[in-house]
Amino acid sequence: MRQIIIFIVRNKNFLLFLLLFCFSLGITIHSHIFHRSTFINSANFISGGVYGTVTNISDYFSLKTYNNRLIDENIRLREELLKNGISEIDSTVTSSTDSTTNYVLHRAEVYKNSYKAPKNYLLINKGSHQGIKEDMGVITSGGIIGIVENTSANYAVVQSVLNTNSQINASLKNTNHFGTLSWNEKKDYRKVQLTDIPKQANIKIGDTIITGGMSSIFPKGILVGTVEKFTFNQSGNAYIIDVKLNNDMTNVGYVYIIENKDKNEIEQLLETTENE
Amino acid sequence: MNNAVLLQSVRFIVLVLLQVTLLNTINLSQYINPYLYILFIITFPISDKDNRLLFIFLSFLLGLSVDLFSDSGGAHAAASVLIGYLRKPYMRFSFGVSYQQQGQKIAQSPFSQRLIYISLMILTHHLTLFFIESFSFANMMYVIQKTLLSSILTLVLILFSISMFKKKQ
Repeated sequence: MRQIIIFIVRNKNFLLFLLLFCFSLGITIHSHIFHRSTFINSANFISGGVYGTVTNISDYFSLKTYNNRLIDENIRLREELLKNGISEIDSTVTSSTDSTTNYVLHRAEVYKNSYKAPKNYLLINKGSHQGIKEDMGVITSGGIIGIVENTSANYAVVQSVLNTNSQINASLKNTNHFGTLSWNEKKDYRKVQLTDIPKQANIKIGDTIITGGMSSIFPKGILVGTVEKFTFNQSGNAYIIDVKLNNDMTNVGYVYIIENKDKNEIEQLLETTENE
Repeated sequence: MNNAVLLQSVRFIVLVLLQVTLLNTINLSQYINPYLYILFIITFPISDKDNRLLFIFLSFLLGLSVDLFSDSGGAHAAASVLIGYLRKPYMRFSFGVSYQQQGQKIAQSPFSQRLIYISLMILTHHLTLFFIESFSFANMMYVIQKTLLSSILTLVLILFSISMFKKKQ
């Protein structure tokens, strides 16, 4: 017993170091395995408050960019209206079969954004009190941003598309072939990778990539980016496509969060089907 | 004594805030991100007689505070506690065994010795940090590239900060 105590006292520095180092590694491993329940994340009142103060100040420097983005989006929406003809914006057209009515958009401001780490996250200023839940899709006028991963009362952490854990269903706009969108940290933050598109698909550089609508997170047709380069995988039966993101991930500003009202129903249905 | 505690607390908070609000948002290249907050660990006044337990714990707390803001799990905490522990052997290696007796401060030591000590601390911290962040052996080259490029910028910032706050004799 005495020996043990002497050993502990003599090596107390090393033991404390070892304990804290293992604890840190533990948190990291925990956050990699159970990525839903990390207890050290930026959705808390301290970091939320600090980032909120900073954003309030830095917003003034980006006002022009945000305004231009809004005008661009308005122009696009107005053009769409004119194309469809004013007569169609009529209450009689909105029937119960219209699937787009199942989605509700919430707005939020980005308080923190990262794009240089292998696992990038955004912090937004809306949380469970404002109706934000896990697994909601996050977009801007320019396309997809990511998926809500953790929420606190007033903040939420969003897993960016620039995250090595990210897996999003995406498809080609022209041909409807779909694949999985992921990110390789060695490539830069302007590009994501689309895999599993079968080689039968006819791909050209510059083709548009949109979300596939195979999950209940994103509706079909949200812009992702354009094809920049493509190669084949090892077995040669599927493409590996470098997609240039339409969004500038380094400057996000304001985002929309998509709530799918039918999500519970869809998930329940899938669950019962699988159990049978 | 109280004055010193207050000074170190202020430095702790200022460095963490500076790191998470300003330095983490610099967009030079995807390879380059300076981590100035380890200046706290590099210049913390501590001698052999003092209790190193508190210092190791403070290093851990510093890293954990940065983690809290940057959604990086425990990567910063692990890297910081490692250099907190390795500080003593590194100081011995760079300043010689007799560094304690002379009671010198880092700002007054010869430049070459200072450079070796600071570079060792930065390289160890950055390599550990990027390696844990990456969480795999597959991207070894990328991690090393990132370590070297970021270390250069951190080194410049730390040397600049030390010379800026050097006390005039």
